[in-house]
Amino acid sequence: MVELIIFYVLAIVISVFSIMAVSSKRLIRSATYLLFVLLATAGLYLLLDYEYLFAVQTAVYAGGIMVLFIFAILLTHKPGDRVPNEPKRQRILSIILSVAGFAFCAHIIFHNINRVYQLVPANEINVKQLGMTLMGTEKFEYLLPFETISILLLACMVGAIMIARKRS
Amino acid sequence: MTHYSQPLEFTGLTRWFDSALRSVMPDFWAIFIELVIVGIALLATYAVIAMILIYVERKITAFFQARIGPNRVGKYGIFQTVADVLKILIKEIIHVNKVDKFLFYAAPFFIIVASMLTFGAIPFGKGLQAVDFNIGVFYVTAVSSLGIIGVLLAGWSSNNKYSMIGAMRSGAQFVSYELSGGFALMTIVVLTGTMQLSGMVETQRYCWNLFNGHIASFVAFIIYLISGHAETNRGPFDLPEAESELTAGYHTEYSGLQFGFFYLAEYLNMFVIAAIAATVFLGGWMPIQIKGWDAFNQIMWYIPSYVWFFGKTGVLIFISLWVRWSFPRLRIDQLLNLEWKYLLPINLVNILLMVILVLSGLTLTQIF
Repeated sequence: MVELIIFYVLAIVISVFSIMAVSSKRLIRSATYLLFVLLATAGLYLLLDYEYLFAVQTAVYAGGIMVLFIFAILLTHKPGDRVPNEPKRQRILSIILSVAGFAFCAHIIFHNINRVYQLVPANEINVKQLGMTLMGTEKFEYLLPFETISILLLACMVGAIMIARKRS
Repeated sequence: MTHYSQPLEFTGLTRWFDSALRSVMPDFWAIFIELVIVGIALLATYAVIAMILIYVERKITAFFQARIGPNRVGKYGIFQTVADVLKILIKEIIHVNKVDKFLFYAAPFFIIVASMLTFGAIPFGKGLQAVDFNIGVFYVTAVSSLGIIGVLLAGWSSNNKYSMIGAMRSGAQFVSYELSGGFALMTIVVLTGTMQLSGMVETQRYCWNLFNGHIASFVAFIIYLISGHAETNRGPFDLPEAESELTAGYHTEYSGLQFGFFYLAEYLNMFVIAAIAATVFLGGWMPIQIKGWDAFNQIMWYIPSYVWFFGKTGVLIFISLWVRWSFPRLRIDQLLNLEWKYLLPINLVNILLMVILVLSGLTLTQIF
C-alpha cells in the first residue's frame, strides 16, 4: 500500500520532469529537470531494496555526470538563452522516432520482466556478491567485459588528453 | 562477550516507545508516527548542532586571533547565535530582478537537502541511527556529492560574475577532492570488509581502524581530513568565497534565510565530515575498550555512546578549525596540483598497500 503510493509519486515525478526536460527552452533548466528524473529513478531502486544501485545512480549520474553536464553547459556561450524551435518536419520526425524507440523498449521489457523476476534471487544482492561476480572468470561472471570496458575508458581518457593538450 | 551495564543509553527508551505505540495502534500508524518523530528529531538536531558550531567556531577563532569573541549576549556570549538566528529569520529576502527565478530559489534547497541526507545516515550512538544501509559509506559519499549541483546552479542563476567564478572554482575543487575522500574511505572498506557504518563501528570494538591498519590507515586518515576540509570550502581551501576577490563567491546575491541555508549547510558539512571520519577511523560511538579488562570496560560503558561520538567528532572539528586559522589561502593552481599530483597518486598506492597488509595478515588485530 505505502510502497504503491511512493511508486506512483516517483512515477509521476519521473514522467513529468522527463517531459519538462525535453520541452524546456533553456538548456540549463533542462539539465536540472533531467537531474530530478535521475534522482527519482534512484528512488525507484531504493523502493526495490537495491541500495547499491541506488548509491551508484546517485553518485555516478546525479553527482558525476550531471555536474559535468552543468559544467559543460556553463562553459558554452550563453546557457540562459532560449533555444529556438526546430523546424516542423524535424519535430514530427523526432516524435515518430521516439515513439518507435519507446514501443521497442516497452515490448522487450514487458516480455522479459517475468523471466528476470524468476532468474534473480529474491533476497538482497550485497556488494560482496556483486564484486565476486564482476571479478570472476567462471560462467556468468564478468571479468573479460569489465576489463574490455576499462580499456575503452582508458582510450577515451588518452584521446581527451590528446585533444586538450597544448600543441607546441 | 560480556554484557556491560549501560544506564544512560537511549536503546531502552526507544524500544519501550516502539512497543507502547504498537500495542495501541496498527503497525502502519506506529511506523508512520515513528518516522515523523525521527524526522523531526533529526531536523532539530541539525539546527541545534549548527547553532552550537557557529558559536564554538566564533569563540575558537577569536582565541586563535587573540581576541575575546562574542561576549555581550548572555554569559560568555552564549546566546549570540540564538540572536543571530532570530535576526536571520526576520530578515527580508531580497528579490533580485534578472535571475533565473526557478534555479535561484531551488539552489539553496539542493545544498541543504544534500547535507541533510548525509546527516541522516550518521550513527550518533548505540541505536541512534536513522537508517543503516549495508552500503553506508558509499551512500554518504554518493549523497554528499549532490550539494555541488546546488552551488553550481546558485552561481550561474545569480547572473553575477563573482558568483559564477566562485561557483566554477567550487565545482572544480569539489569534484577533485571528492575523489581523494572517496578513495581514503575505500582504503578503510578494504580493511574492515564492510561498508555498513554500524558494522564498521562494531569491528573497531578493541582497535580503532586508525591503528588497525597502521601506516595505510594513517595516510588515509590524513588524506580524508584534507579532502574533507577542501570539500567543505573551508580553511586554506576557501578560495570559492575569497572575499577580497569575489565578494562572497557563489552566494553573493542571496539574502535572509536563503543565505542562512548556505551558511547552515557549510557548518553542517564540516560536522558531517568530522562525524564520518570519527565513525570510520576512530571507532564512532564505541567506547574505548581493552580486551579482558572488564572493570575498565565497564567504567567506559558508563559514559554513554553519544558522548563518545560527539567527543571524537568535536576533537576533529577543533583540528579543522585549527588548520583553518593557521594556513594561508592556497592559489587555485596549488590547490589542483595538491590533489591531482600528490594526494591522488599517494592514495592509489596507499589502497594497494592496504590490500597487501590485509592479505598478508599484517594488520594489528591479525598480528596480536
